[in-house]
Amino acid sequence: MNDFIAARSQMALSLGFHIIFSCIGMVMPFFMAVAHYYYLKTGQTVYKNVTKAWSKGVAIFFATGAVSGTVLSFELGLLWPEFMKHAGPIFGMPFSLEGTAFFIEAIALGFFLYGWDRFNPWFHWFTGVVVGVSGLASGILVVAANAWMNSPAGFEYLNGQYLNIDPIAAMFNEAWFSQALHMTIAAFAATGFAVAGVHALMILRGNNVIFHTKSFTIAAVFGCAAAIVQPLSGDISAKDVAIRQPAKLAAMEAHFHTEKSASLIVGGIPNEAEKKVDFAIKLPGFLSFLAHGDFTAEVTGLDRIPEENHPPVAVTHYAFQIMVGMGMAMMLVSVLYFTALWKKRKWLQEPWLLKLFAIATPLGFIAVEAGWTVTEVGRQPWIIYGIMRTANAVTPMPGIAYSFYLFTAIYVSLAAFVVFMLYRQIRMVGKLYDVD
Amino acid sequence: MLYIVITYLWASILLYLLLGGADFGAGIIELFTSQKNKQVTRKTLYSAIGPIWEANHMWLIIAIVILFVGFPVIYSTMSVNLHIPLTVMLIGIIARGTAFTFRHYDAVVDDMQHLYNTIFAISSFTTPLFLGIIAGSAVSGHIDPQASTFADAYIFSWLHWFSVTVGLFTVSICGFLASVYLIGETDVEHERLRFAHKAQFFNIAAVVCGALVFAAAWFEHIPLFDWVFGNWIGRIAILSATLSLIWMWTLLYQGKINLLRPLAGFQVTMILLTTTFRHFPNIVILKGGGYLSLTEHAGQEKTIEALAWALLLGSILILPALFYLIYSFQKKPVGYESQVH
Repeated sequence: MNDFIAARSQMALSLGFHIIFSCIGMVMPFFMAVAHYYYLKTGQTVYKNVTKAWSKGVAIFFATGAVSGTVLSFELGLLWPEFMKHAGPIFGMPFSLEGTAFFIEAIALGFFLYGWDRFNPWFHWFTGVVVGVSGLASGILVVAANAWMNSPAGFEYLNGQYLNIDPIAAMFNEAWFSQALHMTIAAFAATGFAVAGVHALMILRGNNVIFHTKSFTIAAVFGCAAAIVQPLSGDISAKDVAIRQPAKLAAMEAHFHTEKSASLIVGGIPNEAEKKVDFAIKLPGFLSFLAHGDFTAEVTGLDRIPEENHPPVAVTHYAFQIMVGMGMAMMLVSVLYFTALWKKRKWLQEPWLLKLFAIATPLGFIAVEAGWTVTEVGRQPWIIYGIMRTANAVTPMPGIAYSFYLFTAIYVSLAAFVVFMLYRQIRMVGKLYDVD
Repeated sequence: MLYIVITYLWASILLYLLLGGADFGAGIIELFTSQKNKQVTRKTLYSAIGPIWEANHMWLIIAIVILFVGFPVIYSTMSVNLHIPLTVMLIGIIARGTAFTFRHYDAVVDDMQHLYNTIFAISSFTTPLFLGIIAGSAVSGHIDPQASTFADAYIFSWLHWFSVTVGLFTVSICGFLASVYLIGETDVEHERLRFAHKAQFFNIAAVVCGALVFAAAWFEHIPLFDWVFGNWIGRIAILSATLSLIWMWTLLYQGKINLLRPLAGFQVTMILLTTTFRHFPNIVILKGGGYLSLTEHAGQEKTIEALAWALLLGSILILPALFYLIYSFQKKPVGYESQVH
């Protein structure tokens, strides 16, 4: 494995690991706040138990997310020193604000986790909400920094020099809003489905049914609402990418040839040598419509982009298909669930709906990982789009492959530990909370 | 504006050394505690650092963000030449944070606890050791951006006597801070005495390691003696630190514990002040006499301005909340033990 590929793999692994923990860390506090609210309003112990049980999950995920985030702030320099040397001062604004948001999150979490029966109950509840809000703010800020890599702004690039830096303009680059919106909703959908799925499984097994039903309902409502609105934000993102990064859109769609009334390609195997897609379903005009809101509009293909600036087509295309597929499946489950809530209450008693949720447990996170693969691989070969190539940013230190193996071992064992920890939490629900 | 940013950088390093250091030290104490006392120590430790440990480690993130936004050349040079110790330190941070959380939140208490405890204690030792090694390397003059061999560029940049002794010195300081901190966290007399003995042990260790640092500096031609004693600030700081140390021990033998923490904190602040003051604004000293300076290698003006505002705004939000958090958990309510789980 050469150093460049090793560095990219290590970065992908670290980000892919961190994103799961940060999503859960920023969304779960809202679920917790709802359960906590019901407890304070109704006094039903089951809601207190749900809040406490979830807060232990949040503590585990937050700690893991915090350390993996700390690691990332160093890895940016360890792996991409040339990038950070120039980009740090330009896109650093959201990071410095994120420091504050993250700090407040940690403080609020201290209050929340250790504050039972110590404070005014509503103050205690409020600290839980602050955990969520500041977590969300952190997430949006970090995504804004990533958006800058896709849509560099706030500086002039002249003869290899980065001049007239304006950190505020860099933060509010053109991509920040669409990316932050898409990611925030994704976090709610993914976490909602993951949490709902686990509780659905427990209900199906007949363990602590009331406890798990309350938990399931809160998570499912959040997750399903997010999954239903997500395609809209996806549409905003797609139209945005079509204008800013035509190469990325072309790779997502494996769209080799520039044409009017371009077809939307569903599935298929991109054949990069012959510049076509085998075995795909083609919907004529739909790509033009999705990218530009007009069935006859021209969509730039990879043929208009110099070969050396092409992103890897197959990976980007597959990842995009996976993301959309998972999103559609979740939307379908969500429509069924809301129908059940409003029109067909008896469905809620039937196991098939819960089984669907149990199956859908990982879908949201698969979509999140696939979506980030699209964003990151689709930006290649650039680390700062159109300005700096990823290959020129990598550390001169040889032997990065060993670092990659080491971090792989660490993250794999850490993931195993977290799963083990959750398994034990869930298994002990009956004993810890005395519920039926 | 630049000086505001530099002040924040220094203050976050100091706070990380004090608060994060006490936090690491708690784990180091565990490593140096006999088997029969471990359980009690762990309990005191948990009730002392549980609610604030996450916040204690945020200072490192603040420092690193200031460095990569405001002083990107310094950040990237250190990242390249100190890649290996930084990686080891990161592994320590991962291991420590997760082991601490897992051992508390594991719903089943069984043999796994032994594993969490071992990982926690060992990483509490290695992380500050490597933090010290990194700090020592930065000023040692061993970093050579022009080095041609792997060993010169990536190994001997940090593996030498001076850095290693600075690492050990950092570890003993952490142990010292934590012991003094924990004296005030328990009401049990013999517990208190045990922590006082620990403080004594780490105090002696710090003096011995400090002497070794000077010896290593002399051996490797690093003008440490001149940095520390070659100016009035340094001499006054060292003198007042020594006096406050004597005062602290006198108070401790009289059984007065109120002033112990501020005094220990003062001593460590003075140590950081003397070791950074003389070569300021140079924060990294390179092989052959080159250096990286906080004033010459700062980012462009607008970046520094935005960063300063972000930090000022951040402190308005963070500091009151943080003080309230620390204040709230100083007083233990009735039945606290039962709520910890």
